[in-house]
Amino acid sequence: MSTTDGPTLIPDDASAQEIADREAKMRQRKGWFPGLSDKWNALPRQTQWLILIVVVVLAYLLPILNPPLITTEPGNNWQIALAQMSVYALVAVGLNVVVGYAGLLDLGYVAFFALGSYTAAMFTSPDSPYVHIPYLWTLPLAMAVAMFFGVVLGVPTLRLRGDYLAIVTLGFGEIVRILATIIPAMKGQVGFQNVGHPPGTDSSGQTIFQNSNGTPWYWLTLTIIIVVLLAAGNLERSRVGRAWIAIREDEDAAEIMGVPTFKYKVWAFAIGASVGGLSGALFAGQVGFVNNQKFDIATSILFVAAVVMGGTGNKVGAILGGALVAYIPLRFTAIAEFKYLIFGAALVIIMIFRPGGLLPARQSLLAYGRLAYNKLKGAVGDIPPSGKVVLEPGKGADK
Amino acid sequence: MISEVIPTLLHSVPVDDTWITFDVNSFTQNFWSSTFDGLTFGAIYALVALGYTLVYGVLNLINFAHSEVFITGCYGVFFTLSALNFGPSAPRLGFWAIVGNLILALVVAIIASALMAVIVERVAYKPLRQRKAPRLAFLITAIGVSFAIQYTIYWWRGPSPEAALTMFRPLAIFDVFGTIVDSQQVVIIVAAVILMIATDQFIRRSRTGRGIRAVAQDPDTATLMGVNKEKIIVTTFIIGGILAGAAALFYVMKIPSGVQYNGGFILGVKAFAAAVLGGIGNVRGALLGGLLIGLIGNYGQVLLGSSQWTDVVAFVVLVLVLIVRPEGVLGSSLGKSKA
Repeated sequence: MSTTDGPTLIPDDASAQEIADREAKMRQRKGWFPGLSDKWNALPRQTQWLILIVVVVLAYLLPILNPPLITTEPGNNWQIALAQMSVYALVAVGLNVVVGYAGLLDLGYVAFFALGSYTAAMFTSPDSPYVHIPYLWTLPLAMAVAMFFGVVLGVPTLRLRGDYLAIVTLGFGEIVRILATIIPAMKGQVGFQNVGHPPGTDSSGQTIFQNSNGTPWYWLTLTIIIVVLLAAGNLERSRVGRAWIAIREDEDAAEIMGVPTFKYKVWAFAIGASVGGLSGALFAGQVGFVNNQKFDIATSILFVAAVVMGGTGNKVGAILGGALVAYIPLRFTAIAEFKYLIFGAALVIIMIFRPGGLLPARQSLLAYGRLAYNKLKGAVGDIPPSGKVVLEPGKGADK
Repeated sequence: MISEVIPTLLHSVPVDDTWITFDVNSFTQNFWSSTFDGLTFGAIYALVALGYTLVYGVLNLINFAHSEVFITGCYGVFFTLSALNFGPSAPRLGFWAIVGNLILALVVAIIASALMAVIVERVAYKPLRQRKAPRLAFLITAIGVSFAIQYTIYWWRGPSPEAALTMFRPLAIFDVFGTIVDSQQVVIIVAAVILMIATDQFIRRSRTGRGIRAVAQDPDTATLMGVNKEKIIVTTFIIGGILAGAAALFYVMKIPSGVQYNGGFILGVKAFAAAVLGGIGNVRGALLGGLLIGLIGNYGQVLLGSSQWTDVVAFVVLVLVLIVRPEGVLGSSLGKSKA
């Protein structure tokens, strides 16, 4: 890492060649599934949709299929394992907005998860003396609460260099757990029993959303993941998403190109926090019990490991990483005890040897930038006499 | 405050659970004893903070694994003193025998910590430097290493803290405003301050110190001037390790049953808060920041009633400093400190 912020050389032919070489190299190194994303992008749009529909239907059928070898039984109930995996996947999607898109390291993501869980618990559990509201209303409320704290934490720290955010969020992750322990109203280890659940009974009068039955929770979370994915995908392709990627690649350059970096960083952080709160509320509902034991900072590192393993900046990778991080300890119960050791070491190894993760993000910004450059070069003669070339923020900011 | 607003907003049912209570009485009664205790803890934080500050100054990197470097030293102290038959009650040894044993433990702790610091640097950070990895990669690796070490210790020693070790029975030395200052507090504060002054002078006067400052200021120019950058980086990690090893001895002295796999973690966050408060990259700032964090944390603990409030208070101080004066009280730059 260079510690200087000195001037960089103006790109000449040689360095342009070097850049081209590097891009070619990046294209060659495609993680563990070489060429997968290229092949995917080469498919016609209709085929892509068809494959996606099949994948989504398969995902919905997973709890019923209970495929052998993959299943976590007999060690753990497969439906509940799926529900947990889906919550982790949602967490990873949210954290991916912060770490993957905007390049901000949030090490206390579990705090937002905890805030969501406690919001759901304190407004639905009979153990809580406060107002009670229907469970489904706590989902947006949990998002709002987590987002509020995200902004409160983000505004002072995001003005500074990224490292401070890492340590402040790390501290925050631990503090929320400690506060849950020492503030009497949050009931420490005693916690809140019988957290609410969505309404509905089946034909025999049984509650659908039972804590012991993971399937409806899995379907609910999966549906929410799909909604969040669509939203995140749109954000990623929008002006906001391009700004995030510009910030991630080179914050100073983005600022100079006119990207209001601070504003977009707060946005990324707050959006990430709200998804964390949402997943926390879902987790609280599924487990049905919230106390201070589930939100230690180690869980936060698992979340980061999920995003990094999946491929920072790739939302499909994030889902995969999140599901894997939950799945591995449930499936291989023999190594469950060492999960923090394994995922901690995995972080180091991935960062050193394969920083892209399982499914590396496409260097979409580079691609956009090159595209814009080629278009401009081709259209030099066509530039109107006013010479007004509108460059959107983010485009070309990387070079 | 929000914490007071929420219950009033939601006053539909009688609320008997409290959120936060202040115990001003206990605070005024225990003011001096918590001051001396706070200074003692502050001295320990300051020693650990130096490790963060030096590495940050040279590499612009928060070395999250520094808390594990520190806890390695704690295990060094624990194993040495256990082998020397120290136990939960104070040993029946002569003065010089105790001093000799403690110095032996100190040496072992320093070696263990410095070794761990070098291993972390070589295994985790050097490969990334060679690949010119982005900043984010360094931070993710740092936290990964920190957790890998923590849970290796967990695997080896289990979740519960090690048996308590008392090094010596604290003797009352003098009396300030009716509060007794004991030998333990004096030993820790004096030894820590001496170590900090020695480090400060080393950075300011020695040839290696000049190298460290040069690399902190501008690594490329320093390399052109003949400074061996890699060697300086390793030296910086070693100095941080040595100070963490010393801090480990004092920490076990102060908290006999504090040796635990994750014992260094929160202390690390507080030490980093101390480094930021004093001005990150600033050696003297680390001392000032450490003492301030120790004091503020201890006052908060007495005022709010639970020992875990120290962590919360230290964290709030960190955020406030970042809002009001992010460069810290004494300003932050290792490179610009005068020779």
